[in-house]
Amino acid sequence: MTERVGVYVCHCGSNIAGTVDVVDVANWAEEKLAHLGVVVAREYKFMCSSLGQELIEKDIKELGLTRVVVAACSPHLHEKTFRTAAKNAGLNPYLVELASIREQVSWVHTDKAVATAKAKAVISGAVSRVIRNEALDELKVPINPNTMVVGGGIAGIQSALEIANAGFHVYLVEREPSIGGHMAQFDKTFPTLDCSACILTPRMVEAGTHPNITLLTWSEVVNVAGYVGNFHVTVKKKARFVNEELCTGCGICEEKCPKKVIDDVFEAGLGYRKAVYTPFAQAVPKFPVMDKENCTYFQKGTCKACEKFCPTGAIDFTQEDQLLHIDVGNIILATGYDLFDARQVSNYGYGRLPNVFTSIEFERLSNAAGPTNGTIVMRDGKSTPKSVGIIHCVGSRDKNFNNYCSVICCMQGLKFAHLVHERTGATVYNFYIDMRTAYKAYDEFYQRVLEEGTLFVRGKVAEVTDAARYSNEKGKLIIQVEDTLAGKQRRIPVDMVILSAGLQPRYDAKDVGKLFGISCSTDGWFTEKHPKLDPVATMTEGIYIAGCAQGPKDIPSSVAQGAAASARVLDKILQKEVALEPVRASIDKDSCSGCRICNGLCPFNAISFIEDDHVSDINPALCQGCGTCVAACPAGAISGTGFSDEQIMAQIDGLLMKNLEPEIA
Amino acid sequence: MTTPKPKFAMYWAASCGGCEIAVLNTHEKILDVDANFDVVFWPVAMDAKYKDVEAMEDGSILLTLFNGGIRNDENEHIAKLLRRKSQIMVAFGSCACEGCIPGLANLSPVGDIVHTAFNTLTTDNPHEIYPRTSYDVPEGELHIPKLAKILRPLDDMVDVDYYMPGCPPESHQIAAVIDLVIKVVKGEAELPPKGSVIGVGDSTVCEECPRTRNVKTIKYFKRIQDVAPVDPDLCLLEQGIPCNGPATRSGCNARCPSAGAQCIGCYGPAEGVIDYGARLITAFASVIDAQEPEEIERILDGIPDPAGQMYRFNLAGSLLKANREAWKAK
Repeated sequence: MTERVGVYVCHCGSNIAGTVDVVDVANWAEEKLAHLGVVVAREYKFMCSSLGQELIEKDIKELGLTRVVVAACSPHLHEKTFRTAAKNAGLNPYLVELASIREQVSWVHTDKAVATAKAKAVISGAVSRVIRNEALDELKVPINPNTMVVGGGIAGIQSALEIANAGFHVYLVEREPSIGGHMAQFDKTFPTLDCSACILTPRMVEAGTHPNITLLTWSEVVNVAGYVGNFHVTVKKKARFVNEELCTGCGICEEKCPKKVIDDVFEAGLGYRKAVYTPFAQAVPKFPVMDKENCTYFQKGTCKACEKFCPTGAIDFTQEDQLLHIDVGNIILATGYDLFDARQVSNYGYGRLPNVFTSIEFERLSNAAGPTNGTIVMRDGKSTPKSVGIIHCVGSRDKNFNNYCSVICCMQGLKFAHLVHERTGATVYNFYIDMRTAYKAYDEFYQRVLEEGTLFVRGKVAEVTDAARYSNEKGKLIIQVEDTLAGKQRRIPVDMVILSAGLQPRYDAKDVGKLFGISCSTDGWFTEKHPKLDPVATMTEGIYIAGCAQGPKDIPSSVAQGAAASARVLDKILQKEVALEPVRASIDKDSCSGCRICNGLCPFNAISFIEDDHVSDINPALCQGCGTCVAACPAGAISGTGFSDEQIMAQIDGLLMKNLEPEIA
Repeated sequence: MTTPKPKFAMYWAASCGGCEIAVLNTHEKILDVDANFDVVFWPVAMDAKYKDVEAMEDGSILLTLFNGGIRNDENEHIAKLLRRKSQIMVAFGSCACEGCIPGLANLSPVGDIVHTAFNTLTTDNPHEIYPRTSYDVPEGELHIPKLAKILRPLDDMVDVDYYMPGCPPESHQIAAVIDLVIKVVKGEAELPPKGSVIGVGDSTVCEECPRTRNVKTIKYFKRIQDVAPVDPDLCLLEQGIPCNGPATRSGCNARCPSAGAQCIGCYGPAEGVIDYGARLITAFASVIDAQEPEEIERILDGIPDPAGQMYRFNLAGSLLKANREAWKAK
């Protein structure tokens, strides 16, 4: 049967029409592609407008179109729009093809004649392809209403609370002993100087006690199988060596434990913890964990002080790691960031010059609950600095380390300046490249710090050194910098240097991304589905991202993303079932030789090997239609619905205008 | 006098002669050919002149087995001639189907090929003497065939009814096809649809291979002589030996892997596969177990001759057919 094809050429305002002669393209398609079944070709200012869509719907009904080609923008943007329009007019949505003549033609060319010719080729390819398209039906699967939130920082806590408050169950997984994340380490938050703990801990407690939240701290996700609506997650609950049923969180074990360990996680190496410990006083949950590597009993076989003194007998040295199997419908990844390791910028001397501090060290120094009870002192633990230099953009906006701006460091540097000024009266210098104080009340804070008398030097610091050249530099750290406003090199001696270090993707972000089937940007942040319009969804349905895992951001943005991701999850839960794209791979069992090349490749674990028949098999509910196995199958036994070799080769022939009738070509 | 027997022809173009041997290797089955057919043209087996074929009526030969690719104008002439004279034209053997080893010459411009042939270490050619396509002698002008720019499979030149791959096709497959044609002649069977690949299995070599296969994670590729000892029961690819079996059409009973050598791909691509080498490359690339680009490079360097590995038999039949230099040659 010959198909009846309609071709619709969009002007996209002047986006396309400015570079492509759309009238010529439409006339050409109607005439020269008629032998392929094109019965109508129209151009219109905005195909995606409701009027444009109605035009297509009307033609489907009145002209009996069986295939539609919309020559407009990339399918990413409006494929769904036009498929829905076709569906409304009674045509199977998968019989619609988008020919991208904006992203692939008008936006990348300036010569109108060339662009017009290319638009014709792209449309010709799409027509050749669409007449080989098959009608497909969406697969509907029910959605498990439970959700997993991975990462218990402020973004994850917010996500979990939103969903739990809406009445659905959440598993909140955190690999550290307590939720709270980086925010729990801070003293003050910019620009309002709220006490970080005061605003965070109520949320932590709420998450910890919420009837709809199962808190899984000291736990990590080790495997994820399944697909949107039906994920099967394996969580490793690491042995705490403390029975959570019996422990009251009294803290006696920690008090009695004789082993002191430098706490290089929560206290950033500035303080001690015990071998059995809760990372901080307000930790949620309150149960301590035992650090096996440092516990005297585990290492030497004697001690057990904690066990002897525990009033409820909660210490359990025989506890083992547990694997929990949890089914959820959606997953939010709020796995946060790692602080840039300032040691990498060796010319700033961190790790070599004692009075060079990192931002997180300073957060702990200035924290009232920190190792110095909030007294800002130098590395000797007693002297107060009289002058402090704060260096911005450490590891950020630097092609040697990270090209991106870490967003928070300017405001963080200003906050430090304020705190130093307030608590020590020291002279404070801020060294910045550009001052970035966008967002609400941020620039006002900058003005405030300026008024407090903090000195600002615009320039990238070349070096921090203790090699004095002049008498006033003796015993000081000298900051060598080009002051680009004054136009000269300066050497500024200070007592203390704080490096406003940038944010980095978690060291294991790539592995975590792979585990959950999502990708990372070249910088290593999780990639959102659309940078502007879909910032918390990912290309894998049912997996959402929030907070710094997606890219550097401040607390309000992290909270907003946490809430946004929850809204997306709630939307999915309330739909009760999900329609899966019918683009799926399938294996022709007769052609399959059982070579097993494809077996290890599926990112969604949809491929299994049937030992009895010696062939591989694809579970259509798990398959996401990514095409990896289709490409890999050496026997050509796997085909992807909607992407058959026939369709692709026909499209290529179309692009090359090999589909035109001989007398025309 | 009974009705005349249907006529049979076999021809060799750019090939080695192995296909003819394979036909003879069907042993007594060859007598069935003689019993059922009138062999009118088979240069390797009997004397015949091109002009005899030219004199035949168009379509008078029932079955022609054409082996060898089209390398020169003589090959082209005979291919077109036999096509005209034959009802059923079979591209017989890998050369006719997809170019085979002679097709690898498509990686060199034709001038280089001739130059190399007349300047090897063992060829003393101090006066730079090369063949000419025509030469005047007292008796008249003599011609030798002119080399084409590239070698082409038979179906690039003429319409082909059936394909029978293999280097050479396995004798048991040839025997089965002969049996089938005889049955068709007697009206006891029907021919398969035009364009079919005959005398083959419907999957790839792995299906017939007795070796154990697992999920593949390749950490290195090695030539088989560098692997010691080769596990006799385990998939060769899993041992790092680049075996083309996964991409190669079945039908040979996995002769090479069964005997301990890797499949080199002579049965060509599986049904519906457009480009054999591309399939094989994606398959190999898919099972390399490495993340870092340097590591991947190192593993791939274990394949010393990628074109020869991936396209040993299929280059002339691939999407690209030849490299740029060969295409551009005059």
